[in-house]
Amino acid sequence: MRPQSTTETSPLQWGETFRDGSRRMVGNDQLRANLRNATETIRSKRDARAAETQNWEELRHAGAAIKRYSLDHLADLLEELEANVTANGGIVHWARDAHEANAIAYDIVARHQVDEVVKVKSMATQEIGLNEYFADRGIQAVETDLAELIVQLGNDHPSHVVVPAIHRNRSEVRDIFTDNFEDGNRPSSDDPRELTMRARTHLREKFLNAKVAISGANSMIADTGALSVYESEGNGRMCLTLPEVLISIVGIEKVIPTWQDAEVFTELLPRSATGEPMNPYTSWWTGVTPGDGPQEFHLILLDNGRTTVLADPLGRDALACIRCGACMNICPVYRMVGGHAYNSVYPGPIGAILTPQLLGAFEDGDPSATLPFASTLCGACYDVCPVKIDIPSILVELRRRSVESGAGSGSGWGTAMKASSEVMRSGRRLGAAEALLPLGRAVADKEGRITQLPWPVSSWTKSRDVPSPPTESFRRWMSRREKAER
Amino acid sequence: MRIAVFATCMGDAMFPQAPRATVTLLERLGHEVFFPRQQACCGQMHINTGYFEDALPLIKNHVKTFQPILDGAWDAIVVPSGSCTGSIKHQQAMVASKLGDQKLANRAAIIAENTYDLPLLLTDFLGIEDVGAYFPHSLTYHPTCHSMRITKVGDAPERLLSRVQGATVVPLPDAEQCCGFGGTFSLKYPEVSSALVSEKARAVASTGAEFLVADDYSCLMNISGRMSRLGIATQPLHLAEVLAGTRDHPFRREPAGTTLTTRGKA
Repeated sequence: MRPQSTTETSPLQWGETFRDGSRRMVGNDQLRANLRNATETIRSKRDARAAETQNWEELRHAGAAIKRYSLDHLADLLEELEANVTANGGIVHWARDAHEANAIAYDIVARHQVDEVVKVKSMATQEIGLNEYFADRGIQAVETDLAELIVQLGNDHPSHVVVPAIHRNRSEVRDIFTDNFEDGNRPSSDDPRELTMRARTHLREKFLNAKVAISGANSMIADTGALSVYESEGNGRMCLTLPEVLISIVGIEKVIPTWQDAEVFTELLPRSATGEPMNPYTSWWTGVTPGDGPQEFHLILLDNGRTTVLADPLGRDALACIRCGACMNICPVYRMVGGHAYNSVYPGPIGAILTPQLLGAFEDGDPSATLPFASTLCGACYDVCPVKIDIPSILVELRRRSVESGAGSGSGWGTAMKASSEVMRSGRRLGAAEALLPLGRAVADKEGRITQLPWPVSSWTKSRDVPSPPTESFRRWMSRREKAER
Repeated sequence: MRIAVFATCMGDAMFPQAPRATVTLLERLGHEVFFPRQQACCGQMHINTGYFEDALPLIKNHVKTFQPILDGAWDAIVVPSGSCTGSIKHQQAMVASKLGDQKLANRAAIIAENTYDLPLLLTDFLGIEDVGAYFPHSLTYHPTCHSMRITKVGDAPERLLSRVQGATVVPLPDAEQCCGFGGTFSLKYPEVSSALVSEKARAVASTGAEFLVADDYSCLMNISGRMSRLGIATQPLHLAEVLAGTRDHPFRREPAGTTLTTRGKA
């Protein structure tokens, strides 16, 4: 199931284009059935929770406003956050890119001389490839979220930002656990309860022995220096309270001004992500408290392309994302191909705008530059986004940038677009071109169907018929009518 | 009312039955319909594919063609397509402004304000739900993405259809799911597009309706193109065609070549 990329470059981009990835995934019937069941369940729960929340649109509006304010005042809020985390006994590090963040985290772990750390599911650490970086240096980073554990043990990539194992069914999970769990703890069936209890036994030992934990955060509060994790299984709380050392690696866009702002996301996030009125565990931690919880706390603030995105007046909106995954659950394209087709830790509609921006990839030949084209622009993602990110408009803008940087120049698209622009810029030219349309009738079968056409519409007629052109255009019909009236 | 019609390039060249039915319907309701002959294309395909520069002459032509509305020559502009209306309302001014032509952007914005998708022209602008139509067939309605999410037609099409004498409206499963056309998306990612349209075609077939009705011939072309290949007998029809038929002048099928008819499995 792990994507086979020719060059393993970065977790943000595995090296394959969406075209190749989607082609490979779209034929996988089992995957499609898994995705369909899972996304439909989450979607209907999300819709029910949104519908029963009387001020849902006001909450969306508030969430959108808080995120935009925070992005507009990011530098000030981060400095305020740093001062408060430090005052609370935490240590703040700034990391420009993935390598810096990994190196800082590794130095801390190495100082404590452990060869295993426990982890709370985190997109930031996925994005920087922390597990792989640690593994190369002899340290095992153990994922403790059940789905993330399934992905990790299966030597797989996550397929979704909230439900990373969405593409797996229970019998696949049983096989993965059988291959990886110790004697006496191997599952005897694919019963979900048994599988979960086996994982629990496996993880209990890891929690109780861990000296160092690594987490991300759903938000950081500037005026108190507090961080939060929203989760469903209690594994996060175990990681955040049991070990002696806690390292939190968080994207700089996760900062919000005050506690009061956080309440909005406590309502928006679980409803949008899993369709629950509230997630089972919400943990907040503020620096270090003597005798309670980790006694050493490090916050690594991750840039990794974010300040570049921030400098872009339109594209920066992607940074408002709260990683709920609602856009993936509603996206018709995602549902057909799954997260792996996007070849990035950020799949789906938000990934299609975030990944190329974080990488600054708009050039022809760059696999990420094709991502903004991986959408029908149906607009469902914008409708469902809890913080109102206008993903379709950003997709179109990124397509424009891709085109203007020369992408697709060799493919014939530029020529086709220019030629059609010439024809479609006046009624006279379009009318003249329409006079040729009846020629199309010659290639139609006797029932008026065209079943094969040349490039670029050949890929259309592979699976669809085209009606033969009409005997008379609308323009000519109007002329004939007007003449008859005279 | 004096109403100018924008036929759209697809409607003009490939599916004239939609703008023709629009004209027939509006004239029957007592309005005067104008066809500004210089009109061509709204530019949606070029914009959505990222070719803003190539879209600009199209936007200029559209604005020039429909500029008389600024001087009160017409009361409204009607478009028998949700996605082209969406492009006029949400893309033309934006693209003109981005490419530095603010004067053009301002004009485009005023034209957009006076432009209506057919169902909204009827329900909101003309304030009419019962257009006196007669259509003795079963149909299922596909609420095309851009009608729903950009043009925001809401339930206007359903309200109009519920007043059509003789029509049986069968609900379409997963109606709000995209048909997978997406303009050039269907050419760039044909496998994904085909998988999506196959789902839509199967949903349409499951209704058993005689006709698949939508407010946009682009989506209809995509879905019916797949249905034709799969041997599904449901026929595509524009909302305007349903609303144009009356007891005295009932809906009549276009001659072969303008509408797909079914055939056996490919």
